[in-house]
Amino acid sequence: MKSKFHPDKNGYFGQFGGAFIPELLHPNVKELADNYIQIIESEEFQTEYKALLKEYVGRPTPLYLAQRLSDKHGAHIYLKREDLCHTGAHKINNTVGQILIAKKLGKTKIIAETGAGQHGVATATVCALMGLECTVFMGEKDIVRQAPNVTRMKMLGAKVVPATSGSKTLKDATNEAIRYWIQHPETFYLIGSVVGPAPHPDMVARLQAIISEEMKWQLKEKTGKENPDTIIACVGGGSNAAGAFYHYLDDEDVELIAVEAAGLGVHSGESAATSQLGQVGIIHGSKTILMQDEYGQIVEPYSISAGLDYPGVGPLHAFLYESGRAKFMSATDKEALDAAFELTKIEGIIPALETAHALAVLDKITFKKDQVVVVNLSGRGDKDLEIYTQYLEA
Amino acid sequence: MNSIQELFQEKDKNLLSIYFTCGYPKLDDTTSVILALEESGVDFIEVGLPYSDPLADGPTIQESSHKALENGINLDLIFEQLKTIKGINKTPLVAMGYLNQLLKYGEDKFCEACVACGIDTVILPDLPMVEFENHYQQLFEKYGITNVFLITPHTSEDRIRKIDAYSKAFIYVVASASITGAKGEISNSQIEYFERIKGMNLKSKLVIGFGISDKATFDTACRYSNGAIVGSAFIKHIGDTGVEKINDFIKPIIA
Repeated sequence: MKSKFHPDKNGYFGQFGGAFIPELLHPNVKELADNYIQIIESEEFQTEYKALLKEYVGRPTPLYLAQRLSDKHGAHIYLKREDLCHTGAHKINNTVGQILIAKKLGKTKIIAETGAGQHGVATATVCALMGLECTVFMGEKDIVRQAPNVTRMKMLGAKVVPATSGSKTLKDATNEAIRYWIQHPETFYLIGSVVGPAPHPDMVARLQAIISEEMKWQLKEKTGKENPDTIIACVGGGSNAAGAFYHYLDDEDVELIAVEAAGLGVHSGESAATSQLGQVGIIHGSKTILMQDEYGQIVEPYSISAGLDYPGVGPLHAFLYESGRAKFMSATDKEALDAAFELTKIEGIIPALETAHALAVLDKITFKKDQVVVVNLSGRGDKDLEIYTQYLEA
Repeated sequence: MNSIQELFQEKDKNLLSIYFTCGYPKLDDTTSVILALEESGVDFIEVGLPYSDPLADGPTIQESSHKALENGINLDLIFEQLKTIKGINKTPLVAMGYLNQLLKYGEDKFCEACVACGIDTVILPDLPMVEFENHYQQLFEKYGITNVFLITPHTSEDRIRKIDAYSKAFIYVVASASITGAKGEISNSQIEYFERIKGMNLKSKLVIGFGISDKATFDTACRYSNGAIVGSAFIKHIGDTGVEKINDFIKPIIA
């Protein structure tokens, strides 16, 4: 079935997407664009991918009715427990898929960027599993604030290269990964979100789509209906949201809510709420909504959460925003921290700081009685203990 | 006729082009660098429009761009600076920047401003061919602007032929699979690649860049092309010694 939310032949979702890449990357990107759909749809890939998701990642992840959270908000709130995936976040759905694609294309060297370190860990993990060489680029600032993940990557045999330019966060790690890729075109760039030049955004969305695929049958079992009323997910680049929305994109009766990081406040000058602060622009090879000044210089974003600290958003999300298909909300650092502590106290689940942004908007929504809401619980909070400790002591 | 085409009619061997970053090392250095380069005998000049996230550039040009932006440079200021030397400077100028700068500044406004400064050639390393065909070819033609395509050791022969057909000024031959910046000597595999491109008998003039840093690399590159571009090494030089000693850098290369 052809959906308007699938990209066209040049990788565009509406006016967003495309592949704005230096000529050196053209052969690589074309090779992937020519092959990825065929590989993903092949029986061989599907068998191997599904087996790894089940036996190695631990899927299906539970769809858990959070009763005390539901009582508080007067709705039926389900948590899609991506935090229970191996390595602690949804990121591994994508890395398991891409590593199989890389192998199929005969690639032996893998590079990746990472913000919070979750994608870096998930990449290092599948590289260890497959015996492939792994290099991860990570902003110097993020190396400090997500130290446990750096140790995990190193244990897994990955080389972690600090990105020292710009704001020393996810944007700069991605710049460095792309520059390395230009200089080593034989490597496979295992991108961590629904960003980058086409076909990466669509490929990653397809590999994360397992989240909403499971939600459909799990909701049917629990509520009698495949469709919830509302799905809420946080958005940095947007991979967990893309996965949670994917199979519901054409079902317009399902409300989709994307939550961006407002940092110290949307208009504080220290924010990463791209849809509110950005305009059409090009970042990392993709035309999207971008935080930039009047001359097109990219503005450094800010969020307490390394995974959401990104000045752009994937082109699919830019299209969902522009077309009004998804509603974009935001949560500040403080609101996210409060939400993380609340979930921990009333449900016994410590979420990642990124995920906490999605939880934080529950307080801003008036729910109808019996409204069925799914919050994509994209990751667990182990990596954020240092920030949580500071919050406890403050 | 395009200003670079005219240049090639007068001279088609050993052309030296220098890339510099506008607003570097100091905000007001843009015009003094251009005039000093002209004085030194450079054949054409690449006017670098500093960008916050230059994906095709190595550490030197990243650094100069960053510094220039810190100095307060922006496109309005650059075009103002360039207008002050229009008619005084006779050396052809080529604007080099990233596509997002055009997009945000306004594509038509950008083209108009280039024309007003006497610039009729642009290099945009992140403008892919398909976008050129679908949109930018028409935009640039409206303003009499020519776009320079880059080819690399990994560009297929078919694609090079297509680029050759589109190229009006020259083809920018990227010397190796790399971002900008000096690499030392030119290797045998690079020479093989240069020979392969030269042997294709393309209609377009060829200019080699990326990793050309001194007389030795310039001379080698020129054996297989119509000229070569020096960027990072020049940026380093003016970063270290300022804009007064530009001649000291250029003279040994063209001697």
